Amino acid sequence: MKPRDLTELAVRNLREAILRNSLTTLGVAVGVASLVAMLSLGVGLQTLASDRLTKSGLFDAVFVTSRRDFRGPGGDGPPRKSSAPPEKFKPLDEDARQQFAALPNVVDVYPQIRFLTDVRYNGANFSTNVLGVPESSRTASAFDGITGKYFSSPTAEEAILQADFAKELSPQPATLVGKEITLRYAERRAASPDEIAKEKDIDTQLDEMMSGGISIVSREKKLRIAGVIESDPSAGIGGFGGGRVFLPIKVAEQLHPAQANDVQDFVRGGGSGKPTYAALTVRVQNPKNVLQVEDAIKKSGYNAFSLLDAARSLRLVFTVFDLFLGLFGSLALTVASLGIINTLVMAILERRREIGVLKSLGATDRDVKNLFFAEAGAMGLVGGIFGVTLGWLIGQALTWGTTIYLRRQDLPGVKISYVPWWLAASAIAFAVAVSLVAGLYPAGRAAKLNPVEALRYE
Amino acid sequence: MPSTQTLIHVDHASREYRLGETTIRAVNDLSLEISAGEFLALLGSSGSGKSTLLNLMAGLDRPTSGAIHVRGQNLAALDSQGLARYRRETVGMVFQSFNLLPRMTLEENVELPLRLAEVDRAERGRRVRQALERVRLSARSAHRPSELSGGEQQRGALARALVNQPAILFADEPTGNLDSTTGEQILLLLQEIQQTLGMTIIMVTHERPLAERFANRIAVLSDGRLVDQLAMQTGARA
Repeated sequence: MKPRDLTELAVRNLREAILRNSLTTLGVAVGVASLVAMLSLGVGLQTLASDRLTKSGLFDAVFVTSRRDFRGPGGDGPPRKSSAPPEKFKPLDEDARQQFAALPNVVDVYPQIRFLTDVRYNGANFSTNVLGVPESSRTASAFDGITGKYFSSPTAEEAILQADFAKELSPQPATLVGKEITLRYAERRAASPDEIAKEKDIDTQLDEMMSGGISIVSREKKLRIAGVIESDPSAGIGGFGGGRVFLPIKVAEQLHPAQANDVQDFVRGGGSGKPTYAALTVRVQNPKNVLQVEDAIKKSGYNAFSLLDAARSLRLVFTVFDLFLGLFGSLALTVASLGIINTLVMAILERRREIGVLKSLGATDRDVKNLFFAEAGAMGLVGGIFGVTLGWLIGQALTWGTTIYLRRQDLPGVKISYVPWWLAASAIAFAVAVSLVAGLYPAGRAAKLNPVEALRYE
Repeated sequence: MPSTQTLIHVDHASREYRLGETTIRAVNDLSLEISAGEFLALLGSSGSGKSTLLNLMAGLDRPTSGAIHVRGQNLAALDSQGLARYRRETVGMVFQSFNLLPRMTLEENVELPLRLAEVDRAERGRRVRQALERVRLSARSAHRPSELSGGEQQRGALARALVNQPAILFADEPTGNLDSTTGEQILLLLQEIQQTLGMTIIMVTHERPLAERFANRIAVLSDGRLVDQLAMQTGARA
């Protein structure tokens, strides 16, 4: 029989016992819906978590320190042999920074700039910490709930205030946006560091520095307040944090502020005469690229460290989570497939005579088998499509309910259920496949019916 | 006129059934030759094996031993697919209980063998109309079997049996569920088909007068064996 005739006959047969076949199909739909709802919840939560983690800036960053530096995050690793040749120690200077920036998938390389300052606003003085913020933090979750705006450009002379500090300036922090503050800070001037560095004795070096190798000048800088944020974008790894006034890092660098680690920095400069950094943060495009960038940096002779291991174990947790959700969803589909088997076996009993007539008219075993297969497949297809829709609706309802709940708690709404196209397509394919497998036994039984006995059946 | 060429040759065919411990020989070492164009009536009481013999010749069943040759082809040696093709291309069947599919209209029922034979759609419509005209049921083509009388249903079943233009028409008690007048009409129609299309007709019946009136030959069965054969000089054919 031609596929078109087969389909026509199958659809006609399904339509005849419309109630029973609809109920069976509904069973498949509920099974598929539970599978889709479970998996979409898994996918949604995973997307949500990895999105949040990516935005946290912890999992897409590699923290680099010099190998000479025993401090810092990298210093806690396996102890380095003291016999390591000193030639391998590379300074973490501007050259290194540019080298990291040129690596593939690197978005940004920035040092830690934090300094103490006085902020003058409305004639009053406030003492606080200033922190340089890289341009790549624009998408960080810390800036999600900003009052006002993020820096208009990477070199804008603007500041973002931490909410607690903003409250010190004004009881209504929101009114501060657009106002001007004045920073009073200490500028560092390194005078002929080459000469100082040539001195072999550390004590002498320090003496020279204190006396005139570095001069510190008091400066002022006017900045416009761009926004106020609740959380601290710098919290976490990298040894920084605790900033209350944030500047674009390029602006902060241009100020050449005297920092707490200047003395060490200076010593670390060695013979190069160039400014060096205590640590650099290398931000990569995607957490996936972290390992590769980390390796490249390690190979070029620096300490590198990332939180990728934590992200990796998180992925494992989600895989197990998905597996369990899928398992529960599949249970419902298994029950539904038993429904298909039951419906088709009943149909064979009921249509025994019809099968006998078809065979007497010249239908082959294969024709009869295909007819039952087509009916099972059609129930699976319709049930699958209906089930995906239903599962998506359940997911939407969950998202809707969660969002209402979160809003009541003054939290932003999230999308906890997510049905990607591959999930929809594979759920439908799975429903059809399960239905065909369920149809295997009834179809085989129908095909094997002896026409004489089938015709005799009343 | 029927040709004398042998169309079906039943050669020492037996068909046994097992019912628990006992073995029933529904057809017992039976031999029979049927010529092309013949109208043969298989006559016998119930349980005589006439329907079993018909099923064997129609390719619905296989003999336990012996052979059944149709146009030189041994049906006993065909696989299930070969038998299905034989039923589809060579055989038309009419049953006592009509066996029209209740879910389909008359037209769709008649079309069914053409679907199975994968005939083109345009050709199907033409052949279905032709078959329904032959049994004078064109006006009822859109009705379901439940909306037709017994005689109409049997005529519809006859149209379905003819639509594939088979060489042999098997009829298993075609008048068994009909009153005598309607039954006679059906047999007249069968006779007309035999004469105009030159079709071979093999009919199972237990009504001797009908067999004597319409068949060319009567084969009498008892306990699975052929006990008598009578050649008829039927009035209708004379």
